[in-house]
Amino acid sequence: MDVVLLQRRFSEYLTSLFNEGFLDEQFKQLQELQDENSPDFVFEVVTLFFEDSERLLNELAKALVQPSIDFQKVDAHVHQLKGSSSSIGAGRVKDVCIHFRNFCEEQNIEGCLRCMQQIKHEYSLVKNKLENLFRLEQQVIQAGG
Amino acid sequence: MGMATDTQFHVLAVDDSLIDRKLIERLLKTSSYQVTTVDSGIKALEFLGLQDDERNDTNSPSLSPDHHQEIEVNLIITDYCMPGMTGYDLLKKIKTSSSLRDIPVVIMSSENVPSRINRCLEEGAEEFFLKPVQLADVNRLKPHLLKRKTRDESHVQTPSPLQQQQQQQQQQQDQQFLQQQPQPQQSNNNKRKALDEALSPERTRPRYNGITTVV
Repeated sequence: MDVVLLQRRFSEYLTSLFNEGFLDEQFKQLQELQDENSPDFVFEVVTLFFEDSERLLNELAKALVQPSIDFQKVDAHVHQLKGSSSSIGAGRVKDVCIHFRNFCEEQNIEGCLRCMQQIKHEYSLVKNKLENLFRLEQQVIQAGG
Repeated sequence: MGMATDTQFHVLAVDDSLIDRKLIERLLKTSSYQVTTVDSGIKALEFLGLQDDERNDTNSPSLSPDHHQEIEVNLIITDYCMPGMTGYDLLKKIKTSSSLRDIPVVIMSSENVPSRINRCLEEGAEEFFLKPVQLADVNRLKPHLLKRKTRDESHVQTPSPLQQQQQQQQQQQDQQFLQQQPQPQQSNNNKRKALDEALSPERTRPRYNGITTVV
């Protein structure tokens, strides 16, 4: 396929991710930090985000099935997830984390469980979208763009 | 003497999150700083070579007495919320150490809690950055580094009020001079350059002028 066409597909897809709130301004900051000295910066940081999130989601799932929930522990995990999602600009994951932490503070089990479902959902969506984005980027590069 | 010929400033960045370490490292390197990152306050103190007898915390692992700081650190930027030693604890350790207290410390936090910010500033932090840290924030570091440099060059005796005034004027002139110098071409990213230029007035924020002479 034509490079120009591929580039357009990439940038339209990226725009749609911003418009739908999957990504926010912070992702643009990451892109700005990527230069000839660190050509894979965005990919590297986002890969770390995937690893970190999956570890935290596992920890959260374990913490939430305990007979007596340690809300402080749950909150600590969500706090970390909020930090890493805001650092890479995963806006919708970050927003769920904010609600999640409020429920932790209230010790609201039902609220926490609902947020857990939402966070899993939002995380898998944004992961999928970012993987698509990187695939489109690769196609541009392979076509010589 | 423009900024291009100056030796690189060395920043020690402390954060328990690997993602955030990557991010701050990149932000600082893009702005031509030399960067060392560590994942805890304890490791930061080890790197700085803080001596055992200067520590008030007996729970910390002991250091060999001959472990001295080998590379000079010009600025420390630390996360606030870390397990074990928080950024606030680290700040207090640095500000109560006779050998380290002059190193400017900047605190980063994802939470905008005014009481926390004030506590850090009262304890001697130069700045408080809300996370995620942006290039615009990093541009605010330079005045603290230049201020420190001026002080180091003229610390021999306590200056008289007149000398202080002259020193302050000189410092302002230096800063103006530095700003007029063409910036070294670090990359061909015009967007970033434009951002730098747009933000350069930040460097002379009056709030910090003259602090050197107060100390």
